[in-house]
Amino acid sequence: MISIHLILFLAFGAVAVAGAVNLLAQTHPINSALSLIAVMAALAGEYLLLGAEFVAAVQVIVYAGAIMVLFVFVIMLLNAGVEERTKGSRVAIIFGIPGMLLGSLLVGWVVLRHSGTEAVVAGALPGPPKTIGDLLFHQFLLPFEITSILILIAIMGAVVLASKPTVEGGGPAKKVTS
Amino acid sequence: MVPLSYYLMLSGILFACGVTGFLIKRNIITIFMSIELMLNGVNLSFVAFAAHWHALAGQVFVFFVMVVAAAEAAVGLAIIIAVYRTRETLNVDQVNLLKL
Repeated sequence: MISIHLILFLAFGAVAVAGAVNLLAQTHPINSALSLIAVMAALAGEYLLLGAEFVAAVQVIVYAGAIMVLFVFVIMLLNAGVEERTKGSRVAIIFGIPGMLLGSLLVGWVVLRHSGTEAVVAGALPGPPKTIGDLLFHQFLLPFEITSILILIAIMGAVVLASKPTVEGGGPAKKVTS
Repeated sequence: MVPLSYYLMLSGILFACGVTGFLIKRNIITIFMSIELMLNGVNLSFVAFAAHWHALAGQVFVFFVMVVAAAEAAVGLAIIIAVYRTRETLNVDQVNLLKL
């Protein structure tokens, strides 16, 4: 008996896996970025199937929206071209892909053996923003406040790192000519 | 009714693709995107376990992972811009010296 949930799960999963493999296959970073956006959109569908509406919305807005726009912006800013292959990358392909296939087969075997067939009832655990907000501002208030400090430090770090070094600062400033 | 193991398998496949991309890619931006792919795979298993154990804390953790990923993307891309400014390349094979 194939339920509608299983069909939707397989459809979104196929999109996600195809996007992930396409991310590896493409050589131009902009194509990889667009594949990653497809993966994130498909994962938002999976979250909806699991009843996590808030997480699905945040996934689309923050991940596929904000973070990937940042990536695409940097790719355009740096005018990144097709990546060139070197000897080191061939060695990495020869050892990396079989190694990862072996590792994922092992993990898949363990998961299938030990997690059984307990069913996740789709929509059994609704995660509306109200419940998440209750949890976030009561039980997880301290981590939430700490993340705000983290974001602040990250913003300052990004500004400091990305700003042009001044000439009197010495060091790498001599390379900046244009 | 989708078994929990299916979600974990999908999460594992995405994580494995992320690790493979991290190993085989030579463009520093694509390597960074592979890290994001790994984080997404982990998020899926967080949400699947949250639904399985009926614990909403898992979804809150996904929220925190996204916050950390956003901070990491901002700082990491700033570092990439700084590296590109001094080396004028995005290939990690040519970024092999700590000192310029």
